[in-house]
Amino acid sequence: MYFNSNNLSALINDARVRNIGFQVLIIGALVFSVWWLMDNTLTNLENRGKSLGFGFLVQTAGFEISDTLGTWLFDYEVGVSTYTDIYFIGITNTLLIAVLGIFLASIIGFTVGIMRLSNNFVLKYFATVYVEVIRNVPLLLQLFFWYFAVLGILPGARSQLEVLGGLGGLNITGLYLPAPVFQTGFGVVFFAFIASLVLSYGIARLSKKKQEKTGQGFNVALIAPVLIILITGTTYVIMGGPLDWTFPEFKNTGPIFKRGFQSDTGMVLVPEMLAVLLALTLYTAGFIAEIVRAGIVAVSRGQTEASYSVGLRPGVTLRLIVIPQAMRIIIPPLTSQYLNLTKNSSLAVAIAYPELVSIFAGTALNQVGKEIEMIFMVMSTYLVISLITSFFMNWFNARVKIVER
Amino acid sequence: MVIEDEVMISMQAVNKWYGDFHVLKDINLTVNKGERIVVCGPSGSGKSTLIRCLNRLEEHQAGTIKVQGIEINNDLKNIDEIRREVGMVFQHFNLFPHLTILENCTLAPIWVRKTPKAEAEAIAMKYLERVKIPEQAHKYPGQLSGGQQQRVAIARSLCMEPKLMLFDEPTSALDPEMIKEVLDTMVSLAEDGMSMICVTHEMGFARKVANRVIFMDEGQIVEQNEPEEFFQNPQSDRTKLFLSQILGH
Amino acid sequence: MTQHSHDSVFVRTVDAETLPPPQNQSGIRGWLWRNLFYSVMDYSSVGASVRSLAMLFFTVLVSYVGITQLWYLLDFVFLSAVWSDPTGIKREACWTVSQGGTLPDDWHAACWPFVFAKLKFLAYGPYPMDELWRVNVTGLLGLAGIFWLLIEALPFRRLVGVLMLTAYPVIALILLTGGASDANYVNSGAYILVGLALITVGRLGQRGLLGVLASDFASIIGFVGWSLIVYQVLMLIFSVDVGLEPVGTGDWGGLLITLVVAVTGIVVSLPLGVVLALGRRSNMPVARLLCTIFIEFWRGVPLISVLFMASVMIPLFLPEGVNFDKLMRALIGVMLFSAAYMAEVVRGGLQAIDKGQYEAAEAMGLTYWQSMRQIILPQALTHVIPGIVNTFIGLFKDTTLVSIIGLFDLLGAGKSAIADASWSSPVQAISIYLFVAFIFFVFCFGMSRYSIFMENKLSKSRSH
Repeated sequence: MYFNSNNLSALINDARVRNIGFQVLIIGALVFSVWWLMDNTLTNLENRGKSLGFGFLVQTAGFEISDTLGTWLFDYEVGVSTYTDIYFIGITNTLLIAVLGIFLASIIGFTVGIMRLSNNFVLKYFATVYVEVIRNVPLLLQLFFWYFAVLGILPGARSQLEVLGGLGGLNITGLYLPAPVFQTGFGVVFFAFIASLVLSYGIARLSKKKQEKTGQGFNVALIAPVLIILITGTTYVIMGGPLDWTFPEFKNTGPIFKRGFQSDTGMVLVPEMLAVLLALTLYTAGFIAEIVRAGIVAVSRGQTEASYSVGLRPGVTLRLIVIPQAMRIIIPPLTSQYLNLTKNSSLAVAIAYPELVSIFAGTALNQVGKEIEMIFMVMSTYLVISLITSFFMNWFNARVKIVER
Repeated sequence: MVIEDEVMISMQAVNKWYGDFHVLKDINLTVNKGERIVVCGPSGSGKSTLIRCLNRLEEHQAGTIKVQGIEINNDLKNIDEIRREVGMVFQHFNLFPHLTILENCTLAPIWVRKTPKAEAEAIAMKYLERVKIPEQAHKYPGQLSGGQQQRVAIARSLCMEPKLMLFDEPTSALDPEMIKEVLDTMVSLAEDGMSMICVTHEMGFARKVANRVIFMDEGQIVEQNEPEEFFQNPQSDRTKLFLSQILGH
Repeated sequence: MTQHSHDSVFVRTVDAETLPPPQNQSGIRGWLWRNLFYSVMDYSSVGASVRSLAMLFFTVLVSYVGITQLWYLLDFVFLSAVWSDPTGIKREACWTVSQGGTLPDDWHAACWPFVFAKLKFLAYGPYPMDELWRVNVTGLLGLAGIFWLLIEALPFRRLVGVLMLTAYPVIALILLTGGASDANYVNSGAYILVGLALITVGRLGQRGLLGVLASDFASIIGFVGWSLIVYQVLMLIFSVDVGLEPVGTGDWGGLLITLVVAVTGIVVSLPLGVVLALGRRSNMPVARLLCTIFIEFWRGVPLISVLFMASVMIPLFLPEGVNFDKLMRALIGVMLFSAAYMAEVVRGGLQAIDKGQYEAAEAMGLTYWQSMRQIILPQALTHVIPGIVNTFIGLFKDTTLVSIIGLFDLLGAGKSAIADASWSSPVQAISIYLFVAFIFFVFCFGMSRYSIFMENKLSKSRSH
């Protein structure tokens, strides 16, 4: 007999030995490579007179950064702020672009995706052309297009294009908008706003309970916005209107180099930020549109037919049957696109918008020269963001999985 | 029992086209309350299209269709009313996979008839018992067998307490051993007096339960008769051909 | 003639006529009705009316925007564009009167003479003019090879495939760089001898002549030996002087660089991705952990940071005296980054394969690598060809990022062309960006159409 116990155990042991041996080999090769790389690195650093260390983080930085949310939030001052500040300014600006971009891209993407499914051929073809063009041209090229080709033809620094009926303006130095100045008491208004949101949520829950009991709920879609506006508005008036605005000041007279928008008046969105936001939003929206379309199409026609045949109207069918099933399909790739948008914000380095890569792995790196430490910091930051998103997605997937045998 | 003077469905000179293809030709049909009709015919003959026109899942372009006196046209109110009174069971069940069996059944009563949740659940349990699977109420469709899913689909339609049930090849997608449980349910429904129109190939069911068998071919009604006469003495050649094909094996 | 089936018994004696559909259903009118008017003509209730009016509004808005923009584009690109510069005045050919030229003051359209003048630069970069034939030959060979592989009817496809992966890169590299690199013959000779020794050990080990442990690792030892020999032989081939003028990678640019980066990236990332995917699914915890970490790391960071890292840190990682030029560093970054994404695509294909296939292969007595090579991988890879093509499209677009670290790809060449003052005009930037965008669009759209074509073909052959 070939398969007696001796031979069998030898076979199993052999496989196990081979597995373990292989793994030992892999670990050995890994350790060796790492050691070899590190040895080279340390030698090279020594030869160039550099050393490893994070001490540079407390040094002060000596370069200008354009006005952005980050610089405003961290009170950036040349010669006073440290490289740690710069790191956080970079993160802030990256997150700002990411949040705004995700919000806008979702709106545009969902709209265009639904347009592609419309039985109105004008809307359908427009959406299709949009998606195909956007997805087949590199993002960097689109970024250059918006920055150099479009923003480049804006009026010069000494003139302006009026916006919001004269309250703001647009020229080559940026988009100037009124800036809110929060007085004392605004915190109360903000609190009231949050409270009204919570109240609306409570009313929605109450309506659901009432519907379960009696079959009829309230019209939450109508009540909630009215309530929010009423509560927030009343609190605002009671607190004496604790919101002031500074308006951008545009000087048209006087010495020519003093004309244009005066600094520190109103809020400015630098053209770099506008270009990055435009490019990222439109680009990601194209991909989101495809994901939305595929998700809705994936819900079989039979579901809507069954729903109609039992008397449910199209609006309710959409809300209770189609969208829940479509969202399960849409959300995982949608989260991937959100992540892509966040990572793609790093392209802003090409037009010097001060987000994390541009300002920390770019300008600051040139000043400080600590490549390994700084690039390590930048990559870890993105890794953390990616991992958090992945965890969320896995958690979500597990929660909404359609239960099968 | 057929109530002769109460007309459930009246179709007059109904024609339908898919693009240029003439799929329903001059359909004239009257169905009375309590009647059980079986529609058979080769594939592509328009039988599914016919019954789907009855609850406006398909639109007819010419002729009139009246269900319980209400005309089917573009008026949404009419369509809503008709869909409340007409139930439909599909070949591929079309249960809502993200809802439990109970939720599948209570969805329409809650949102269409505005029934309170407790009452809707009681109605649902009553019909789930009727189709003999009350114990599955809190499971999800994906956890049930094909035959069980189809019975849930029947219960789901019944929860709206329709006056007419449409069946579109209800057993065609089932494994053989599960066909019986679904047919038995349909037979018991018929015996309780439900008006029904069934598109099916199950001739045994037709013999047992139908008042009329209708044979369709190439978009038109070719022959219709009581089951015994229909199977023993088919008149038209096309009917004879069809019967020889499906009863031959 | 109608026949009524009101009565219980009915037999049709006269066939109903087959009529054409009513006027508003067929032909153009029907199509227009279904695809346009239906959505804007429903006024049966308040809700429906609101929806119809909204649709009408949006339709009109979108039509207006679409048509005006399309007209503007056509005008910009074709109708009002300047096409030639016969007198060689360069930038003045695209200047308006107020700037010193001859065009009317409200003129704003493409300046094509500028783009035409830069065509060579966009395609080859600063590659020496006399040696362009080498690039063209490489390109034509590559095209011929791909063409051969894609057309099912042609014979010897497998041979061509193998040649494209082995001989072609060597030929391409020699043609493009000129060969004649430095070679340390003594060193190479020594390595070759070591390689031969390892192969012998491997062979003996396989025959069981050197003990149990050696036989287990015989294949690995042999593999290492072969790798050493192949590497040294390649180095020697590259050192042969075939009389070509050396052209360093610093002189490459434009579409040449874009294609080199994209093609090298995809060709290397495929086998690497397969290994990583297999590793991630292996039942050896060490392999699984390492592969997962590797994949998730490269997928979690932006490509630009990878390029920065490659550009700046690789010189630090290398032993003294070894220099990788900028293109090489960028290639390494792109290869690692792309391999991680490819690994996920391949993993999807591996997961889609029925478990029964693995079991059948095992039952037949095939070893792990044999079953992978003969049974599993061919199926998995065919399954994900659309995914692979999509990854390639993404990679092709991502190559534009190398312009940020100073390599002149197609986009970088375009950007540097804008800096040419002799062509400076307000439409300089737009003209060249439009042209570069068009080139990218043609490549990417073509590839995505191919991917859809392959997907349809595969799903048809797959339906059982």
